[in-house]
Amino acid sequence: MFHPRQGVALGLFIFLFVLVAVLSVASGRWWLPPLASVHGAAIDRLFTVTLLITGVVFALVHGLLAYSVWRFRGDPSRRAAHIREHRALELTWTVVPAIILTALIVSGGQLWLQIHRPPPADAFVVEVWGEQFKWGFRYPGADGQFGRTDPRLITDDNPFGIDLEDPAARDDIFFPAGQGELYLPVNRPVVVYLRAKDVLHSFFVPRLRVKQDLVPGMTTRFVFTATETGDYEIACAELCGLGHYTMRGLLTIATEEEVQRWLAEQLTVADLFF
Amino acid sequence: MAHETAQTHLHEPRSFWTRYIFSQDHKIIAAQYILTSLFMGFVALVLSWLMRLQLGWPEHPIPLLSKLFPGLYQDGVLKPESYLALITMHGTLMVFFFITAILLGGFGNLLIPLQVGARDMAYPFVNMLSYWVFLLSCIVILASFFVTGGAAAAGWTAYPPLSGVQKAVPGSGLGQDLWLIAMAIFIVSSVMGGLNYVTTALNMRTRGMSMGRLPLTVWALLITAILGLLAFPALFAGAVLLLLDRHLGTSFFVPYVVVGGEHIPHEGGNPLLWQHLFWFLGHPEVYIAILPAMGIVSEVISTNARKPIFGYRVMVLSICAIAFLSFIVWGHHMFISGMNPYLGTAFMVTTLLIAVPSAIKTFNWVATLWRGNLRFTTAMLFAIGFVSVFVTGGLTGIFLGNPPVDIQLTDTYFVVAHFHIVMGMGSVFGIFAGLYHWFPKLFGRMLSERLGRWHFWLTFVGVYGIFFPMHYLGFLNVPRRYYGFSGYDFIPPDAQTIQLLISIAALIVGAAQLLFLYNFIHSWIRGPKAPANPWQGTTLEWQAPSPPPHGNWGPELPVVHRWAYDYSVPGAPEDYIPQTVPLEPVPVEDRGGDGVGSGGNGNALDR
Repeated sequence: MFHPRQGVALGLFIFLFVLVAVLSVASGRWWLPPLASVHGAAIDRLFTVTLLITGVVFALVHGLLAYSVWRFRGDPSRRAAHIREHRALELTWTVVPAIILTALIVSGGQLWLQIHRPPPADAFVVEVWGEQFKWGFRYPGADGQFGRTDPRLITDDNPFGIDLEDPAARDDIFFPAGQGELYLPVNRPVVVYLRAKDVLHSFFVPRLRVKQDLVPGMTTRFVFTATETGDYEIACAELCGLGHYTMRGLLTIATEEEVQRWLAEQLTVADLFF
Repeated sequence: MAHETAQTHLHEPRSFWTRYIFSQDHKIIAAQYILTSLFMGFVALVLSWLMRLQLGWPEHPIPLLSKLFPGLYQDGVLKPESYLALITMHGTLMVFFFITAILLGGFGNLLIPLQVGARDMAYPFVNMLSYWVFLLSCIVILASFFVTGGAAAAGWTAYPPLSGVQKAVPGSGLGQDLWLIAMAIFIVSSVMGGLNYVTTALNMRTRGMSMGRLPLTVWALLITAILGLLAFPALFAGAVLLLLDRHLGTSFFVPYVVVGGEHIPHEGGNPLLWQHLFWFLGHPEVYIAILPAMGIVSEVISTNARKPIFGYRVMVLSICAIAFLSFIVWGHHMFISGMNPYLGTAFMVTTLLIAVPSAIKTFNWVATLWRGNLRFTTAMLFAIGFVSVFVTGGLTGIFLGNPPVDIQLTDTYFVVAHFHIVMGMGSVFGIFAGLYHWFPKLFGRMLSERLGRWHFWLTFVGVYGIFFPMHYLGFLNVPRRYYGFSGYDFIPPDAQTIQLLISIAALIVGAAQLLFLYNFIHSWIRGPKAPANPWQGTTLEWQAPSPPPHGNWGPELPVVHRWAYDYSVPGAPEDYIPQTVPLEPVPVEDRGGDGVGSGGNGNALDR
């Protein structure tokens, strides 16, 4: 019933598993996509610190487990020790994790609140619309104000249900879902307002460390500052139906001048409807 | 405390129907729960194979599958909508119909009365009803595969509007209705069971069985049953309200939406409300799945280490702390949902705090092994495997519980790795440890330990082969719930290789479960007869014959004189002393009322 060889095998396997796990993660072969945003650097730092801490705990506890099953494998001639509890030890493994977790809570909480600060007044503003299984975009135009929308006004021609009576709507620039590209400036805070027409979606830009759900009936928001120009991919990260896996979008980060020049070339609501 | 009713024996049912089918005997009901939930788990396992085939070999035609599952496949290729039905039903069946049902319905029924020294549950009729209602919910959920549009496809979390609007996804027709109805029926069953478990554990304890002498299995099952009673009704309310949204035009969860160009005129519904209701159950639910497994593991480790469980009092307190905290962490599933970010910080604090009692339990298990005299029975192997997967999967929770890190990792394979290892495999290893340990008690026969060891090794090595590489996919930000990944530049080609290896490992682990199935059936029929106490355990169930007769005990109920963990007591003739053995040589003096004391006894032998 003791099967001591099982103890040897189990100890050995756990030891090997820890070795493979630690080496494969540390090799960095499979890592986060290249970073390109300001808050993303802080996220990556917290991620790495958490990985180091949990990595040490992972190796330590598994090491103890592997050693125990190997060292204390049974034998009918032996008796186990009769130990019921040990206050100092139990206090240690209560207090030490509590301290480490408190440190993580404090740093994580600060970063989280920083990420969700209200956007600065000079931020570049854009709206992203999700619908099965495409992305649409709207810019507020020269006045910096989005026109009012109402889902009841949605038609094929007016896919976001923009209220044409609203003067603020006249200079809005919009791209129906699947028919445009998101152009955003580099090195300037960007506020993305997120809205969904049909079901939940999630605006996920891996390289920018941006992920935020879109919820029909409400507007959500994410603020970020991109640090590199170039093309980025948008993926949908919240199950949205049959074509969820195909809901890919494109985002171009360009210089401020390029973005302004590009915006000036686009048709406004007034150009389209009046 | 229990009433001594000599009549219990006179009521032993004689006909086949009342004895084995419509039985009110907790052991028969436990067996019914175990067999039914194992079947449901097996169905869910097959669903995961179909998913893994698609993920490992994307859109590779396998004509045989078209024949076997004509609704799911077209020309041998899995349809994208079928993939969504598979993830939804795999999750639902595994979490509720397998894990929850077998742990509470199976082990709760088997162990609570036996380990507290009762003749049966407090309400045997309600107990029987609980099983039959559970069976009904199983039939309803399985039936949903065969309706137009197929089974529900909105994920096991059933987020509206996807689950609230018929047009939103093919499975959002009758399949989603049946899903909601099955869940509601399941909850009714679980409430009936839960009332029984709590009442029995509190009121039916035999003489001397103070709370401080309860085995940790009973503590875990008791606390879990309370969790279930408090949490499940939230989802029941949610399911009813969602059905109203779907059919009677109310707007609890679904706002005004335009789906595929069609206006769906709801007014003012909020999809986040469903998420709150769902996770108000959903998070306690993962502890409903893991706490009984923890109880089982504590019991199996202590018995097979031939050593008292380390820090019994702290173990009980940790179970209570985890249960309490589990009610105020649900928002960590919603950090990026659009919920107010300030609320997110509160949920972050509670979520990371729950790691403290979890860490205590882990170290206490390791400390129980320390200086033990370990017997590597199959149950013990699975219990040690549990500690390993609990550590591996628990640690990744520290990433996801920290909202800035969660931004990047949520809804990727990192989450899939995390919850499958900690909650999925944790529970499953606990279940297997429990089945190998108590099968002899329930069925009166021994399982083959040789086959058991094969089963353990293939499963243990295999599940790490499946779920550990999913962390790498998570680091690469590969999103979950994707039918395919072509066209995404940020996903490197390595990801597909990893998916392929995962699929191979999954098929092997799946096959290993057939080994268990064979062992289970073969041993049930032909296994060697089990002695009353095959593992030399101390708790009450080992004092009853294997299997225990109707009413469990002879004419006299057992009397408890000591705590549940008197292993390797110095000076004792054997390395275990059952709870029924009086405290010698000190005259028997029942100090049973001293609560969660130092084992609650005045054992002279260990001083």
